[in-house]
Amino acid sequence: MALSPRKRARISRGIQYAVLAVLVVAILLAVDFGELKRAFWNTEVIAEMFPDVLTVALKNTIIYTACGFSFGLVLGLVLALMRLSSVGPYRWVATGFIELFRGLPALVVFIALTFGIPLAFPGRLVPGGTLGVVTLALGLVGGAYMAETIRAGIQAVPKGQMEAARSLGMSHTRAMVSIVIPQAFRIILPPLTNELILLTKDSSLIYVVGLAAGAQELTKFGRETMNSTNNMTGLVVVGLLYLVITVPLAIVVRRMEARAERAR
Amino acid sequence: MMTEPAIDRSAAAIDVQDLHKYFGDNEVLKGIDFHVDQGQVVCVVGPSGSGKSTLLRCVNRLEEPTSGRIVVEGVEITDPDVDVDKVRSRIGMVFQQFNLFPHLTVLRNLTIAQQRVRRRSKDEAVEVARTNLAKVGLADREDAYPAHLSGGQQQRVAIARALSMSPDMMLFDEPTSALDPELVGDVLDVMRDLASEGMTMMVVTHEMGFAREVGHKLVFMDGGVIVEEGDPRKVLADPQHERTQAFLSKVL
Repeated sequence: MALSPRKRARISRGIQYAVLAVLVVAILLAVDFGELKRAFWNTEVIAEMFPDVLTVALKNTIIYTACGFSFGLVLGLVLALMRLSSVGPYRWVATGFIELFRGLPALVVFIALTFGIPLAFPGRLVPGGTLGVVTLALGLVGGAYMAETIRAGIQAVPKGQMEAARSLGMSHTRAMVSIVIPQAFRIILPPLTNELILLTKDSSLIYVVGLAAGAQELTKFGRETMNSTNNMTGLVVVGLLYLVITVPLAIVVRRMEARAERAR
Repeated sequence: MMTEPAIDRSAAAIDVQDLHKYFGDNEVLKGIDFHVDQGQVVCVVGPSGSGKSTLLRCVNRLEEPTSGRIVVEGVEITDPDVDVDKVRSRIGMVFQQFNLFPHLTVLRNLTIAQQRVRRRSKDEAVEVARTNLAKVGLADREDAYPAHLSGGQQQRVAIARALSMSPDMMLFDEPTSALDPELVGDVLDVMRDLASEGMTMMVVTHEMGFAREVGHKLVFMDGGVIVEEGDPRKVLADPQHERTQAFLSKVL
């Protein structure tokens, strides 16, 4: 007897759900929950981590990311405008810079800034200590990525916008600042959020510098806890705290997008 | 050094002499001589690709002329030393696609250039904007965003935006071509009012009725040259040139 397509789809979906349920039950039965809790969610270790994990580690991760992203955004905007410039050398410099810092792993940039600068310029360090290195490294890498995003955003604004602004007597710079760039940023809000989330995680690379206790960020703090307690709980807690930063960020941006959509 | 334009309102509003414009190897304007007097409404018509929009866009240098002279109120705007931003701020421009700023409210669309270019205070800019919105019949929509307006409303806001700069003349680039037929009338009414107030206007259009009724001069272009020009009623009723006759027989 031939089944109708609708019936066949319903049966196939039923089989998928059944397989999934069997898998979940099998995993739950195989796990020793007492052992799991001891290794990954040890309440004594958790109690020990607070409040420093918030007042030092979480705070430092947010500060490092905010500084790196701000510098990267400014750098990215400058590079994007240079890429769009009618002056050849500006375009070449920007292209070279972008290709270099997009291609290098962020870790290499951190190491180069920490150990390379004192070798290249004897007796000199990156100013600003740990924060200076993070800001510069994240800014250089993030800026190179964001430059291409911003350039694409500016080019996505219809040409008529620039023409309308110029026909009202605005200079090219004024039209860019008041008319084109604000519209470009609306277009590129989602990829910029992506970049901010990536930088949040890349801020952990500062561990190569060797951090004083007060300068530790989440990942370093979690590893220290792991080493001193011989237990995974520290890593689970900092892992959750990364989500505490990134998930609300995603929600806020989604709201902003919805608001921008209404004005469209 | 930017030369300060010496505006001479007794001169012709727009005086174009031997204007040539190439896009690459393609000669779009092949020697145009053309003028608009103060207070005149000049309508430019012709088939698409005839160069009429390019001519209009050369008058405020949105297109860079290849050769020739354009003099606006005694100021030679083709002079490379002239401050083109200053010239443009006296010439209102209305586009086929409206080109309102979608991220700004209607009121802000009208005030931003007044404040940034004309250096008017916020209060003065808002007052001028409201006067012009009332003039185009949209006083109640100042807080709306452009996307929430119909095409005809957007084009009327675009006219109000240009008027808010207190321009000496207005350029219209096919202002009704992107509109649904039932919305064309409102925009033409606004333009008719403007003409009756004595505004100098150069209008690229397909609206022959508007040209006949409001225009002081009709210019017919084809293939990058002016084929025929004169009183709109005469040209439309009794075209002298055979290309004009062929074109008008298709559109009338």
